[in-house]
Amino acid sequence: MGAKTALYQEHLNLGAKIVDFAGWDMPLHYGSQVEEHYKVRGEAGMFDVSHMTFVDLNGPRVREFLRYLLANNVDRLQTYGRALYTCMLNEQGGVVDDLIVYFLDEEHFRLVVNAGTHDKDMAWIERHAAAYDVTVNEITDVALLAIQGPDARHKVHHLLSDVQREKAQALVPFNAVETEGFFISRTGYTGEDGYEVMIPQDQAVDFWRRLHKAGVHPVGLGARDTLRLEAGMDLYSAEMDEETSPLEAGLKWTVAWEPLERDFIGRKALEPQYNATPARKLVGLILDDRGVLRSHQRVILDGEVVGKVTSGSFSPTLGKAIAFARVPFDVGERVLVEMRGKQLPARVVKPPFVRHGKACFE
Amino acid sequence: MSNAPSHLRYTRSHEWIETISDDTYRIGISDHAQDLLGDMVFIELPEAGSTVSASDECAVVESVKAASDVYSPLSGEIIEINEALEDSPDLVNRDPYGDGWLFTVKATDSSELDELMSADEYVALTNEE
Repeated sequence: MGAKTALYQEHLNLGAKIVDFAGWDMPLHYGSQVEEHYKVRGEAGMFDVSHMTFVDLNGPRVREFLRYLLANNVDRLQTYGRALYTCMLNEQGGVVDDLIVYFLDEEHFRLVVNAGTHDKDMAWIERHAAAYDVTVNEITDVALLAIQGPDARHKVHHLLSDVQREKAQALVPFNAVETEGFFISRTGYTGEDGYEVMIPQDQAVDFWRRLHKAGVHPVGLGARDTLRLEAGMDLYSAEMDEETSPLEAGLKWTVAWEPLERDFIGRKALEPQYNATPARKLVGLILDDRGVLRSHQRVILDGEVVGKVTSGSFSPTLGKAIAFARVPFDVGERVLVEMRGKQLPARVVKPPFVRHGKACFE
Repeated sequence: MSNAPSHLRYTRSHEWIETISDDTYRIGISDHAQDLLGDMVFIELPEAGSTVSASDECAVVESVKAASDVYSPLSGEIIEINEALEDSPDLVNRDPYGDGWLFTVKATDSSELDELMSADEYVALTNEE
């Protein structure tokens, strides 16, 4: 028996297969995760992601604190509601977690971090916040619904008040607005347009039902994983962890190296690697043969094991298996992947695999 | 609750066996098995005309979750395979006891049938899991 979100009973009513995810009882799918995947690519789907961790940070020195805590630079956030994707590193340059940070005002930022890393993240943030007199408040009375797909925003607009709708419609990607108790963010983890809407828990069931009635399909964690994989988005603990540098996880773009005088946790450890050629890198793999790439499979080059698959699955959009793998930096265009006693050839590509419903890899 | 039609026989490894005629039998995987595996993405079938021994691995069902071997419950010759599964592996999910069948065997040893379970025995087994 795990923790339950405000929507748990709704998931049961919809016939969800429930699995444990980081101590939470969450829907894996509601019948077919492949169908759910197609609904998000073609129409609109909704995910209950209330198990994630939401943290408000307050205090006059909160920006200064985040400049030090996060590898990306919060100085990129200068307008209300702006969001930034970033890693939070340890002193060794490994990834404690990846997260989204929102700028709400000079004394108030908000973080959305992973459920699986809740305890260590909270401890890490609190430990470093003390020196900056920043107050750390976890928000526990909300639900988070992600509504994603080409029709998602349109369908959400119909369920909002006039004031909320006007503010939501004005949002450009990676921006959020708090309006009449809803925190509406134009973000997601699928490669489609859409919103993540944070609402009071006691309104979650009603909002979920209204979305369902409006034709938004419930989608479980199974499709969430294949959607993010197609979209080329990393998953914490698969593509990166405390032993992996963001530079070897395809996340160099999220490490704000300049200004050089900004000190952030992990900077010193990354220094020798940053302008050098890394030993390994994260690439995309596509399997043209029948079979499914899966995490931990070994990657073979010239008869030697040179890397491993970090995440793999069947891509419903492409009709073949895709994966992320960590391999030597100078890898060529093809590798072999070991599965079920065989070695099958895979193409090395640059993710993402799919954007806005269409194949897009190079 | 597991759905297991009473006119079929079953194995511990979740195959079902339907009697087509005196010595030919159709094989598939149970509703319980397809439910555990989730959406099927590839089905690898034996070649028609090949011979199999009881409990040989002779097919693979691969789902979003895992690849799983299918064992022939009977010895004999594979006389027919379900070619529709090449393009529509999801038939195994949608209709595991009908359009989602895997292959047909012409059996050479009818005593092997005695090893198989009834629907009641199979449901009892799956309830224990």
